Amino acid sequence: MRDRPHPLSPRLPRRTLLRGVAGSAALLVTGSLLGACGTKGARQTEASCVSEDLSGTEKTLVFSNWPQYLDVAEGDESRRPTLEAFQRRSGIQVSYTEDINDNNEFFGKIRNQLAACQPIDRDIIVLSDWMAARVIDLGWVQRLDAGRLPNVGRNLLTSLRGRSYDPDNVLAIPWQSGLAGLAYNGRVTGEVRTVEELLTRPDLKGRVTALAEMRDTMGLLLAAGGHDPANFTPAQFDEALEKLRRAVESGQIRRFTGNDYAAELARGDIAACVAWSGDVIQLAAEDQRVRFVAPDSGVMLYSDNMLVPNRATHRGNAEALMDYYYEPAVAAQLAAYVNYICPVQGAQAEMEKLDPALATNPLIFPDPALLARSKVFMALDETREREYESKFQQVVGG
Amino acid sequence: MSRSGRGRVVPYLLLLPGLLWLVLFFLAPAVQLAATSLYDPAGSLTSGYAMTWSFGNYPDAVAAYGAQLGRSFGYAGLATLLALLLGYPLAYVIALRAGRWQYLLLVCVVAPMFTSFLVRTLAWKTVLSDGGAVVGLLRDLHLLAPDGRLLATPAAVVTSLTYCYLPFMVLPLYASLQRLDPRLLEAAGDLFARPAQVFRRVTLPLSMPGVVAGTLLTFIPATGDYVNAELLGTPNEYMVGNVIDAAFLVRLDYPQGAALSVLLMVAILALVIGWLRRAGPAEAG
Repeated sequence: MRDRPHPLSPRLPRRTLLRGVAGSAALLVTGSLLGACGTKGARQTEASCVSEDLSGTEKTLVFSNWPQYLDVAEGDESRRPTLEAFQRRSGIQVSYTEDINDNNEFFGKIRNQLAACQPIDRDIIVLSDWMAARVIDLGWVQRLDAGRLPNVGRNLLTSLRGRSYDPDNVLAIPWQSGLAGLAYNGRVTGEVRTVEELLTRPDLKGRVTALAEMRDTMGLLLAAGGHDPANFTPAQFDEALEKLRRAVESGQIRRFTGNDYAAELARGDIAACVAWSGDVIQLAAEDQRVRFVAPDSGVMLYSDNMLVPNRATHRGNAEALMDYYYEPAVAAQLAAYVNYICPVQGAQAEMEKLDPALATNPLIFPDPALLARSKVFMALDETREREYESKFQQVVGG
Repeated sequence: MSRSGRGRVVPYLLLLPGLLWLVLFFLAPAVQLAATSLYDPAGSLTSGYAMTWSFGNYPDAVAAYGAQLGRSFGYAGLATLLALLLGYPLAYVIALRAGRWQYLLLVCVVAPMFTSFLVRTLAWKTVLSDGGAVVGLLRDLHLLAPDGRLLATPAAVVTSLTYCYLPFMVLPLYASLQRLDPRLLEAAGDLFARPAQVFRRVTLPLSMPGVVAGTLLTFIPATGDYVNAELLGTPNEYMVGNVIDAAFLVRLDYPQGAALSVLLMVAILALVIGWLRRAGPAEAG
């Protein structure tokens, strides 16, 4: 009753009309904006992205590495003996940062700049094999001068020479290497010798983890199935993946991890897992019952490599540092601290002088038998990589 | 004349910084995301992506990862419900019964947020570990099988989600309960309402704005959360956030990652609008 009679006011219709017009205009603009989107290819070539080297005049170097990957002085964590010795000897000021925590994350960080041939303000970055292969394939890395790397030429381990993504050893120089194999905690379970046991033994059910790193987990599974991780067919990959899927679905595998399995293995929440040798050596130093196992069927050998990205302006200084770390005495000093596999021949003899116990540790200086059954995962082109990674992620759940 | 002219301009000037911020950091990325979700799925980082209006990316993404999408809403809904059941009595006591302890209790609610989100989630790993006190107690009470565990189960993920977002539930509830006029409660009592009736007819309806705000502040971030599922769950507990993370960083399938992100945003938006319509402030209805 109290409602006013609705006048034939043009207000409402006009407002609706205006809204409609504005709405469709916004839609049109957005649509044309979207239509103009799309990205260019990210690949660069030596011709499309030229870098200059100012090492002659600038005695500086920016070195990005992973955490806890360089020796520090005992009692003073801020001092880095081998790096300081290099600076004294060469007069090159090194700015060292530990800002790489994850290959994929770091790639996400540098991707846009390098795709557009812009500098990332780093002269050396350290990336794992497969990521090194990817950035090399994208043409984002400077070629080094082998003549300025005499120690690398002399001392690089034979098994790390001529890798498929760097046949001449002038793109990616190994910093440290490691093995991906099995580990178990002897406090909560008996010995675990094979991949088969890890995936099927009933007493391990729900107390097993595997690495989220496709190449390490799948490489071990491929080798366990009698295939060569360095050269396999898609059918063989599917067969190995099927085994993994069964282990996930049955609840045998609890989850897929990065480095974070280490604490759980030490606590005994997980009894056995796919693990990296470097982590396990550090755990074993605190509890002897945590053991690393290199299955007879094969272990995966990986390296983290030093690369000089495009537009880095101190390639010469970077080469000087790389070559310095391939002096056996320096390499031994570094290996004594980081406990990874040392990629430098002759370092073992130098280690005898530093720490005889470490010199005989096969996880730092692997014996020929271990080296013979260590494999490097096949280099994948982009299509294959995406196919395998997607299939693997379907099982991992990401 | 000049006065009224300036008066008309000032509100727009005041809006400008916020608007610029939104355009730059929300609208532009959102448009970019929507565009990416329609790129040709056959493209790649190396060869580039062409805009082909591939709406098929959406059904493809749902077909591949519908389970994780559903799980996200399930876990987040459950966590929101638990947070409401835990948070309401807590906020009620703090607002109406705590007296001089009020501020201390509020600080206690907020205190965990002084440490990083990641550290708190990692702490749950220790709390729920197989050899820990919680699992031991539950086993002794036969609520858990002798070889049962909490870590790497949905229970662990939902528990930790509830914990993480509980303060976001408690604070708005507290704010709305604190404004409650005690005279209304007294009046209800005078009119012979039993305490349960007072709560149902007076307290609860008057605190609805808090309930709405709290559930939204809990539900929205919980749906997109991936840290809890990653650290406390297994692949079987992974939520859509984990899938998007892997699509962008590991698999490098940008169109699919973007399609899932857009889907998540739209689904949340629809749920929020639905919820506001049903339970939202009366003025809006």
